[in-house]
Amino acid sequence: MDPLLIKAIIVLIVFAITLLVATYSTWGERKVAAFLQDRVGPDRAGPAGLFQPLADAVKMFMKEEIIPSVSNKWLFVLGPCISMLTALMTGVVIPWGGELTIAGQTFDLQIVDLNIGILYLFGVVSLGVYGIMIGGWASNNKYSLLGAIRASSQMISYEIAMGLAIVALVMTTGTLSLKEIVQQQDAGFANIVYQPLGFIIFLICAFAETNRAPFDLPECETELIGGYHTEYSSMKLGFFLFAEYINMFVSSMVIVSFYFGGYNFPFQHEIGLEGNILTFVQTGFFFLKVSFFVFFFWWVRWTLPRFRYDQLMNLGWKVLLPLALVNIFVTGLIMYFTGNL
Amino acid sequence: MLTNRSKQVVKREMTWFERAYFPAILHGLSITIKHFFMKKATVKYPEVKREFAPVYRGQHVLKRDEAGAERCTACGLCAVACPAEAITMTAAERKKGEENLYREEKYASVYEINMLRCIFCGLCEEACPKEAIFLTDRIVPSTFERDSFVYGKDKLVEPIDQRVDVSKRQTPAVLEFKKDKHHKHNLTFMDKVLGKAKKH
Repeated sequence: MDPLLIKAIIVLIVFAITLLVATYSTWGERKVAAFLQDRVGPDRAGPAGLFQPLADAVKMFMKEEIIPSVSNKWLFVLGPCISMLTALMTGVVIPWGGELTIAGQTFDLQIVDLNIGILYLFGVVSLGVYGIMIGGWASNNKYSLLGAIRASSQMISYEIAMGLAIVALVMTTGTLSLKEIVQQQDAGFANIVYQPLGFIIFLICAFAETNRAPFDLPECETELIGGYHTEYSSMKLGFFLFAEYINMFVSSMVIVSFYFGGYNFPFQHEIGLEGNILTFVQTGFFFLKVSFFVFFFWWVRWTLPRFRYDQLMNLGWKVLLPLALVNIFVTGLIMYFTGNL
Repeated sequence: MLTNRSKQVVKREMTWFERAYFPAILHGLSITIKHFFMKKATVKYPEVKREFAPVYRGQHVLKRDEAGAERCTACGLCAVACPAEAITMTAAERKKGEENLYREEKYASVYEINMLRCIFCGLCEEACPKEAIFLTDRIVPSTFERDSFVYGKDKLVEPIDQRVDVSKRQTPAVLEFKKDKHHKHNLTFMDKVLGKAKKH
């Protein structure tokens, strides 16, 4: 088969799965939220409320679309588009499993194996802030603007600590390709063993980057009504909310690939599985790990209260940034003395 | 100090362990995950119904007597007693041949309760001298139209083949209480009702 066709199919599948997971994240989040609060959550639409996301989507589409007359209309529409686009673009470099053999040809379960995968990921994540910023600014609403300012300063602050946490990881692995990082963890231990502090910093920053509780200041309902998406309605609002769920899913995949061995699972070569079956089991394990982290996102949301703004900045600049630097330094020292340079 | 419940507050510096924040987060996570597996408080309403108290006051019923004739004589005491003015009725005279339908010579041809006005206090039931109106443990269902909350006789009178059980609200103690016109509470209440009725 034409390799280009295969790539197109993989792209489509990854796209579809990402969207599907994001859709059902809304259901999952509501269910988990309910369970953590001793409730049962949505259970009316379909068995266990499984059709709830469909009902929500229909609701979103049917709602009246309002574009404020004082807004900058072009940018107002552009905001959610950028958010959605950047959210979907991040999934490109994630390896979903090993190799798949179809009709004698082998294919990687990954859209592209960029040799600068981490840099690409980081660049796209940085672009994500523009969607929020443009959307909030174009609304011509004080609350939206405040939310957008908060979002941009928060994301920029935490990107630094996040980047430095990854620098230590890049030092130990010696590569910027996600595929290679995952493959290295097949041979040795998962990276969490070498980079526990880096993992914690990365995890905290991932929460801040996705604007999830306790870092959900840009959209805090109690103070800013809805933050940057105050003026949005209908599917444009849906896009913003959807982008957040996609971001959450992608962050979980990145965390798993970086620190928890990606699609690898213990003793995978000893149990006698081979070829495509092994690949499918690997993908299953990958999703298992990812679902745990998605669950963790929800779990934390319903545990911790929101940070105050000064606490947020203190944590970012005075705690995480120095810790990340110390992490790099200690990693360097250990590598120097163990001769792994 | 108005009460002696006030406490001296000591503001002390947090220890390093507390400032590290992480142990506290883990503790919080352990609390929430415990709740994840706890029994849920939700009652799935239309399928499962929470048990009501025996004295619950829900949708009204107009009772029939043992032979199936309506007990209500349209005396209007319930309407007068109603603090929300939710009850209206029109009286009519019983014709020949309707003895099996109405117990006494006078009956209510129209009897309406506005369920949106009603506060379910049960004073109508207390005022009724004919044991005709009772509040039951049924809930007034919600609808989309305001008009549909004005319940007429079609919804209020109990069907002959589906009698509504009001024995919980008609205990011997209650009947005894209603007989005792000299009971202090009953007396003042009935006086008030009769006084109002005379004015009309």
